[in-house]
Order: sequence, then C-alpha cells, then structure tokens
Amino acid sequence: MKTEKLELVCPAGTPAALRAAVDAGADTIYCGFRDATNARNFPGLNFSREELGDGIEYARSKASKVLVALNTYPEAGHPESWHRAVEDAADLGAHALIMADIGLLAYAAEKRPDTRRHLSVQASASNPDAIAYYQRTFDVKRVVLPRVLTVPEIAALNKEINVETEVFVFGGLCVMAEGRCSLSSYATGQSPNMNGVCSPASHVRYEDKGNKLVSKLGDFTINQFSQTEAAGYPTLCKGRFVTQDKPSYLFEDPTSLNAAQFLPELMEAGVTALKIEGRQRGKAYIAQVVSAFRKAADAAANGQPVPPLGLENMSEGQKETTGAYNKRWQ
Amino acid sequence: MNTHINMGPVLFNWPVEDLKDFYFRLADEAPVDTVFLGEVVCSKRQPFFAPHLPEVAERLTSAGKRVIFSTLALVMNKREMELVRELCEMDGVMIEANDVSACAQLMGRDHAVGPFVNVYNEGTLKVMEHQGASHISLPGELSRHSIAALSKVATSDLEVQVFGRQPLALSARCYHARSHGLAKDSCQYVCDRDPDGMDLDTLDGDAFLAVNGIQTMSYTCANLLGELDDLQAMGIRHFRLSPQYIDMVKVADVFRNVVDHQIDIAQGLEKLDELIDGLPFANGFYYATEGVKARGPVEEFGL
Repeated sequence: MKTEKLELVCPAGTPAALRAAVDAGADTIYCGFRDATNARNFPGLNFSREELGDGIEYARSKASKVLVALNTYPEAGHPESWHRAVEDAADLGAHALIMADIGLLAYAAEKRPDTRRHLSVQASASNPDAIAYYQRTFDVKRVVLPRVLTVPEIAALNKEINVETEVFVFGGLCVMAEGRCSLSSYATGQSPNMNGVCSPASHVRYEDKGNKLVSKLGDFTINQFSQTEAAGYPTLCKGRFVTQDKPSYLFEDPTSLNAAQFLPELMEAGVTALKIEGRQRGKAYIAQVVSAFRKAADAAANGQPVPPLGLENMSEGQKETTGAYNKRWQ
Repeated sequence: MNTHINMGPVLFNWPVEDLKDFYFRLADEAPVDTVFLGEVVCSKRQPFFAPHLPEVAERLTSAGKRVIFSTLALVMNKREMELVRELCEMDGVMIEANDVSACAQLMGRDHAVGPFVNVYNEGTLKVMEHQGASHISLPGELSRHSIAALSKVATSDLEVQVFGRQPLALSARCYHARSHGLAKDSCQYVCDRDPDGMDLDTLDGDAFLAVNGIQTMSYTCANLLGELDDLQAMGIRHFRLSPQYIDMVKVADVFRNVVDHQIDIAQGLEKLDELIDGLPFANGFYYATEGVKARGPVEEFGL
C-alpha cells in the first residue's frame, strides 16, 4: 500500500540536538537515557530524566513526537535499570518505546500497555513471520527494518504485515545484521547488544609509524593511512583487512548511507517512516541533514522528484552508498 | 543428571560426500548425544545436502542419537521464509529456531532455540520457555555471570558452545563472494574452498577473523574445556561442539573423557591442540572480557 506522506524520524544525542531537529522540521525525534539501556551509550551523550521531560515538552509544543530507545539487551540478573527506563519514559510521556529484547517487550506490554511499542532494528526482524511474531505477541505498532533488505523485498514484506515500517535513509551504515553482531565484543569486550557501544573510543589508538598512521581498535590494526590520506575512525567493519593475500575494505568502505534517491520507491513500497542515523552528531549537522530530508520527503509526498540534498560533505570519507536497498551491494 | 556432549550444525560449505561421512562417523563412533542438522548460514547451499537429510537423520537416530533440525539464522526473502516454514511444519521432529520467524512457527510445541536468537536474560528466557522451548543454546558472547543467572531460573535445558570457531556476525552481503570479485547472486559457491572459513588478517599480518559466506567468525577456536566443571556446578548439562574440518569424533572423545574424569584438563587441552591444526584457543567471552582473549587453562594456547 502506498504511503501518503513519509514521517521523518530524527536523532538527538543531546537536548540541543533535539531542539535543532524539531526546529528543522522533524516529525519525530528519537533519543535515549544516559546509560547502557540504549545502543548509543557514548560518553557525553543522551538524556537525564529531566532533560527528556523538557525535550518531550518542547517537541510537543511544535507538534513533534519523541520516541525513547531502550534497545540493548538487559543483563541477566540485573534487569532493573531497563525496567526503570520503561517506567520513566512512559511517565514522562514518550510517544513510543523502541525495544529489541523479547523480555523487555513483555515487561513493557504488561506494565505500560498504553505506551506504543516499536521494534528496534536491533531485533533484526527481517521477514514477515518474525514481524508477525512481535506484533501478535507484544502488539508492536512499528518495526524498524534491518539494513539487509532491498527495496523490492521491503515492498513484498509490507504487503504481508500489518504494522508500520521504518527504514534507515541517512547516516552511518551497519553492514551486519544489527543485534546479531559480536565483532566489537570480540575485539574490545564492549558489545552493542550488552553495553550499547560498537568499536568504542576507549579502545581506539592511533600510532604514528613514520610514513603512515595506523588506527587500532583494541589489539588489532583496523586501517593505515599515508600522510596524504585523511585518517578515519577505526569502526571495525569499515576497516581494511587482508584476505587471499590482498588488502581491501572487505566488509564495507568507510562510507555513509544515503538513500534519498529511493524515497519515491520507499513510499510506493508502503514504508511509513524514514530514519536518520546520528545520535552522536552535533546540532549543526542535525539541523542541516533534517532540513534537507524535510524538503526531500515533502517533494516525494507531492509527487515531485527528490531535489539534490547537498549533503555530500556530511558523509564519512565523503563517500555514500545506497547499501542493501540496491541488490548490487550484496 | 547426565552431561550431554552435542554436535552443532555444520556452519561451513563442505562437500556433500564429506558431510555424509561426517554424520555417518558421528553415528558409528562419536560419544555425542544430540546432533543438529541443517543449513544455518546460507540458503543457497541448502539444496545440495537436503536430499541426503532423511538418510543421515535415520542413521543417527538408529545409532541412538537425538536429532534436531536447525533453521536458517538470517531470513531475508520469501524463498528463505518458505524453507523455514517447511522445516517447522515437519511432524515428529525437533526443530531449533535460529531466527524469531521460526520461534513464531514453533510456538505452542516442544522446540529448541539456537544461539542466533538473542536470549540474554531471564525475561526472554521465560517467554521462550512459556512458548514451548525446552532446549536453549545460549549466545556466544554471554559471560559466566549471565550463564549462571540464566541457569538459576531455567526450566529448559541450557546449552553452551564449548568448542569451535565463534559465530560473530551475519550480513546481507556475502564476503566470500566479494573477496573473489563475485556478486552474491553468482557466487559460484566459492565458500566451499574454505571448509574451516577463510582467514582474515589485519594489515600487520595478525590473524583476526574468519569469513564464512555471509557470516563472520572468530579466527580463534572457542574452548571451554577447562570451564566444564564450573559450568556443571552452575547446572549446565549440555555442551555444544561446533564442527570444524578436523577429526570431530576425536574432539568429542576428549570432551567426553574430561567430563567423565578419564583424562585431566591439561591432557585434554594437549589433545585438542594437536587436533585443531594451529588455531589458537579463546574463551574471553566467558570471563566478560574481549572474546579473542584466552584465560585460565587455555591461556598458553591462545593468541
């Protein structure tokens, strides 16, 4: 079923970024508490209870909504902070909770049935049967689709489910099925699922080796750069490695996702919402990306071609990909 | 209570004849209790071995082994969903769900849950058990602390992988095809060239990971031989060996002999080290540290 207007779901790692996103035309903001209950548990980011309350109030005053991500997997023996996060986000008036863990979904459905539940991309629900499970069992209203599907696969999927779908259109690109990746945990002991971090800065080192700069994550070299190259952050799956005696970016180049060109097809495919990635980004970045996508989504809704977004300089390594939306990527 | 040594599904693309031999030898010679069958990683490999599954299952069952059929871990399209549905609709067999889509099919009947479904805590464990799971294989990155907490409340059989390369990630993209300059659609099944996975090194030449089609695995071989007593003390009775292209019957013998106190841990580790063909051992996840690290008895065999 064709969508009439795509909802723009935008990131906020700080109260300032939240206001910037609202002011730039975000329909919806997503954010998280300042602890391991969300998958962007980086130092200096995220919201206290008070900040979230203020943020929700500000968003409401401009007719925007706020979603709270509680999308890590509670630690066995210590579910308390996740449970408290469910209660507090609901009390503060969050429009919906974004969750991945089955046990936490069960808790939220039982204790706070009136707060909408969205299924996080971290749940890696990539097919109608999995999505139907979450819909029937926990009455989730929306599922954030993993970045493993092509546009025709998304269209086929939307015909078979009766929940809203949300897809990533811009920002960092996870190339592994989210919520099922332990690469960071293997190399650093810090896990996206359990600690809410991937390739954490605490484990990053740069070593000057004369004619080259080496970037390391934990004990492992992730990349090396000549003096003329810009040294990128050593995100594990965007590193350069050697297989068959040849070095390459085997998993993915240091690149960002930009699926702006697919907006009309995504509407046609029945997608409800577009997600912009980047809770670790500053308010200037958020303002620029959100307003560009506001124009793009409005153009698509009016049946007009998507205008050039001018976001080339916002991407990692100034390179962009349409990722799995395009089958050739696989 | 009995302690079970189980053989997980073969995650690699082995020649059909090798797979048949592997399972027939397990049936005839290996001290394993449960054998998991089926393609978990890539649906494109599935048709090759499928015709032989009934014969292999029959042979294993006749030899007194319990057989469990494992489903695909990453289900992305209609054809793959059909494969999962067909498997889940089979009567009279036990199925291991490796994706929530399979959990959905199996709800209300006795089934197993595989390590690719995220059972990280008591809340999820209880939902799974309530829906009919009686055997749950825990995700590889769980620590001793988490395993103990889950074991305390579980009414199902919990299983822990104690040997074999560790599954770390799944992707829509096939890295085996990509490394050979091929598209996934026309991959020519190049993953069959690496029956233990394709090694991936850092630019410094350090061994790091292994590629198995759309899956990324550890370079190291998980080894919890030295932690078996600890696991048993916390109530874990099921130990999974994940097949490598080595003599897995002998690997199973070592685990069985250590569990039965026929040989000690040091002797067992020496034997496993001879069998594993150069892969270092690791058990860092168990100790809540980097998964690549080797702690305790395996320390001298680690990276």
